[in-house]
Amino acid sequence: MAAPLLQTRDLSMRFGGVQAVRSVNFSLEEGELRCLIGPNGAGKSTFFKMLTGQLQPSEGQVLFRGRDISYAHAHQIARLGIGIKTQVPNVFDGLSVRENIWLAANRIHSGERADNVVDEMLERLGLTGVAKRLVGQLAHGQRQWVELGIVLSTDPELILLDEPAAGMTYEEVHKTAQLVREINRSKALIVVEHDMQFIRMIAKQVTVFNQGSVLVEDAVENILRNPLVRDIYLGKQAAA
Amino acid sequence: MNARVLNFLGLGLVGIVGVAFLVLTPRLAELDTVLDLTIYMIMAILALSLALIWGYGGILCFGQSAFFGLGAYTYAIAMFNIGDSTVPLLLAIVLPAAFAALLGYFMFYGRISDVYLGVITLTVTLILFNSVNSTAGPEFHIGVARLGGFNGIPGIPPLNYPGNKAAVIDLEGMFYLSTAALLATYFGLRLLLASRFGRIIVGIRENERRAELLGYDPRAYKLVTFTIGGALAGFAGCLFANWGNFVSPTIFGLAQSAQIIIWVIVGGRGTLIGPIVGCIGVQWLSAALGANQPSGSDWWARLLANVPLILGIILVAFVLLVPKGLVPTLGDFGLWLVRSRGRRVATSLKPKQAEEG
Repeated sequence: MAAPLLQTRDLSMRFGGVQAVRSVNFSLEEGELRCLIGPNGAGKSTFFKMLTGQLQPSEGQVLFRGRDISYAHAHQIARLGIGIKTQVPNVFDGLSVRENIWLAANRIHSGERADNVVDEMLERLGLTGVAKRLVGQLAHGQRQWVELGIVLSTDPELILLDEPAAGMTYEEVHKTAQLVREINRSKALIVVEHDMQFIRMIAKQVTVFNQGSVLVEDAVENILRNPLVRDIYLGKQAAA
Repeated sequence: MNARVLNFLGLGLVGIVGVAFLVLTPRLAELDTVLDLTIYMIMAILALSLALIWGYGGILCFGQSAFFGLGAYTYAIAMFNIGDSTVPLLLAIVLPAAFAALLGYFMFYGRISDVYLGVITLTVTLILFNSVNSTAGPEFHIGVARLGGFNGIPGIPPLNYPGNKAAVIDLEGMFYLSTAALLATYFGLRLLLASRFGRIIVGIRENERRAELLGYDPRAYKLVTFTIGGALAGFAGCLFANWGNFVSPTIFGLAQSAQIIIWVIVGGRGTLIGPIVGCIGVQWLSAALGANQPSGSDWWARLLANVPLILGIILVAFVLLVPKGLVPTLGDFGLWLVRSRGRRVATSLKPKQAEEG
């Protein structure tokens, strides 16, 4: 059996006395799409930060294609092929939409090729009309798209999406789900999301985090029926 | 497209004004004025060095005068020892750049935060001030050059044409050289900022974490930017040592360090022309205010002659009222004028078109 694309071994993170992530053993195959759910404070964002080198784990390992990246710098991990869209749009607010995408495309393409990639990406995300606008002046939903465009333009193998549908209108959520499925045709993804509608639209396999550890990992239908998951997380939303 | 045309127009304008200034000034102005203008040009290069690293690189360096002073002292010391100015000139660029690289390495790779970076750079320049200040005795010398302590180093030999010690560059020549150097620095930086490197450093200034997550190493980019800034400041220092044939430790002092920052704040961060305008404007104002020393009890005249006070008021006023600086604010105003006029034209055209249609 081929090695998984991404694997964590007893990955843990402590902040002072708080155990944010506790011995997580997680594995993702090539081309897989996995959803991570869990209540606020379950450790999902901390987990993402360790995968991308923004935080160094207190214990345990992160392996990407069998290579230990636990203590690699964020830029090195990005170069190995892990891209992240963070929870709050993390973009270059003072620069134009085009320049934002270019900064990403420029990392792997040069000269005219980079400009062409930028044009394609703007077209694909429907941002051509606002290409010259400063990203800081755009609506929240559009800034999310810009960040997605940035991440896609570096052509990563694995994309981490932290709440990609947060603050989006129903239509935008649909469009995002469609895009996520489209991206998944060629790339592996891990998606953190609270919106169960959205998860139903995209997910096959779901991992549930609770209090820093993996509570359960199963197919989406089973997760939605799992009483344990309902108790800790879905109770309110499933009723609604 | 429009922005690109404006950009080229701006560049063309700067080029034409710059060359006209370069060619015409010595023909039209008195030698005194030419001398004054020369120092403005030299300081403007220093202002550009901070414009690059702070305005575009986002690195608030409080000790740009450290590299400026190192350049001046390096040139002076090397000149007394070597005689021909080619190598001293190069050393005055390379040594401050190397020092900036070393200092920058520890600051950026040590992940020092912005505030501490300001404190460290300021401290470094003050350490240099104190060190050089206390080298008055004859035992402090490098080769044949005595450091002179607080008295400084007088009688620094001027630059000569490369390879010909006898062909010294005269005062008018210094004006041509300084102005041409300023223009070259300006256009060189414009080129740099339009390049991939320039666009990336602006991206890092805007959002360092994002740049990192895209695969850029901000530490390396900042280090290179800082080193270029150090080299430019050193070069300006070399010209400065030439201009007055003199250098003293005050070049490393707090007043000098603060002034560079005031130039950039007044002129406008994130532009290149702004800090040049700020530098020349503030220096001209200081000179004008300081020139008429008042006598008697006219308190108003006395107040005006208190240059540091006036400069302080200007700085506070700019930070509070014109935080973007002179040039960006004027640019915004111009853009607003054009737009509001365009709107008026558009609305006055509408009924006409309706009639025609």
